[in-house]
Amino acid sequence: MTFKSLLAISLIVLAPLSVLADELKIAVAANFLKTMETLSKNFEQQTGHTIKVSGGPTGKLYAQIENGAPFDIFFSADQKSTKKLEDDGKIKTGSRFIYAQGRLSLWMPNVPAGVEAADVLKKGDFKHIALANPKAAPYGVAAEQTLEKLGLLETLRPKFVMGENIGQTYQFVATGNAQMGFVAHSYTVDPKHVNKGSFWLVPLSYHSPLDQDVVVLKKAENSKTAQAFIDYVRSAEGKQIIEASGYTVPN
Amino acid sequence: MWYIFGVEIDPSPIWTTLAVAFTTTLVLLIIGIPMAWKLARTQSRWKVFFEALVALPLVLPPTVLGFYLLISMNPNGMVADFLRFLGHPDGQLTFTFVGLVIGSVFYSLPFAVQPLMRAFEQVPQSLVDAAKTMRANTLSLFWQVVMPLSRRGFLTAATLAFAHTVGEFGVVLMVGGNIPHETRMVSIAIFDHVETLEYAQAHVLSVIMLIFSFSVLLVVYGLNRKFEVKIG
Repeated sequence: MTFKSLLAISLIVLAPLSVLADELKIAVAANFLKTMETLSKNFEQQTGHTIKVSGGPTGKLYAQIENGAPFDIFFSADQKSTKKLEDDGKIKTGSRFIYAQGRLSLWMPNVPAGVEAADVLKKGDFKHIALANPKAAPYGVAAEQTLEKLGLLETLRPKFVMGENIGQTYQFVATGNAQMGFVAHSYTVDPKHVNKGSFWLVPLSYHSPLDQDVVVLKKAENSKTAQAFIDYVRSAEGKQIIEASGYTVPN
Repeated sequence: MWYIFGVEIDPSPIWTTLAVAFTTTLVLLIIGIPMAWKLARTQSRWKVFFEALVALPLVLPPTVLGFYLLISMNPNGMVADFLRFLGHPDGQLTFTFVGLVIGSVFYSLPFAVQPLMRAFEQVPQSLVDAAKTMRANTLSLFWQVVMPLSRRGFLTAATLAFAHTVGEFGVVLMVGGNIPHETRMVSIAIFDHVETLEYAQAHVLSVIMLIFSFSVLLVVYGLNRKFEVKIG
């Protein structure tokens, strides 16, 4: 068989696939990026569709979407930006829902397991504690609320260093520049990230919930593929992946 | 708090930015002059190597620089060890004003060294030799011969280094830690305002930056014409 005929045959065989195979562009908040990669890879394998994932800070993604970025679905880190998009008529009606609730975690690379985090914080025997900027990131707000609850917010404020997002906050701690930091549990749940010291999974009662919204954008209003992906995220398998990544999935 | 066009603006990032830029420019002139002089006069075959090294920050993403600084200046690193040896209490430079200045010096290095180099290259070797035969020492050679002939280079170097530092983002983002009154610079403040959907504040600060940057460049080009040095 010549190369040409082989090519012709493979084109004929593969052609229907390429007609059916769709491409989705998904914008995803930085803290959920890793999980999204797993979800989208599985979805691609099961359906043959292609997913292009763009990660970034929620506010930036929101600004890009408002200004015409070609995304089909937006996995936000908050509810503020998705509600705004809804008010502006930029989303598929009724598509907004909470896909995950973030969990806050205090990573202490220099503290052995078994030591009370509250005691470490009270002692204050460290120079810097990292958190996400509460102005920019919900995880930062949750970190402040947690310290407030412990009655340590004002005592520890001079030790604050702030990352612009939760990934940068993690980086400050991972590089040893800050001795501890409030990060997303999606980082501390992964032994590859947290290979030193210990972490404290902050109880949900310490801060207001870190509800993360997803919306299907107007552009993909009639896209079956977009809906299929949303269905996959809500499926038992999707839920299991999200929970294994350190999030809670509300019912 | 300032109110500009009815929008509340915290001026502290502006002062921090100006302080970092001013200090950086000063440091860059001090270390840039001997560097540029050496590079302008040397015949060594290593010259291209050092020229490329100086120009690196022009092409390197600032985040690369910031990332390496974050790693090298961390409290357990060699830099910190050395500073402790010198008597610094903990040796940590990240999240400090000094750390930002160090980052900015690297970041803006070519903007100071290159104009100086170009200016020094224009100083005729014959004049330098003549001064030397009249036993001028290095300092008077510099003040009386090189300096007057290179005014344009100095002005360009200082203004560009200053302006480039003002516009710095990536390095500050990586090693700053966004501490109010210490490491929160205007570019970060704008980023924050955009992130928090406070577009009015972002607009006001951005317009200030725009006007400032344009004025600086206007001054540079204006002075360039005024101080044009005719040689020969």
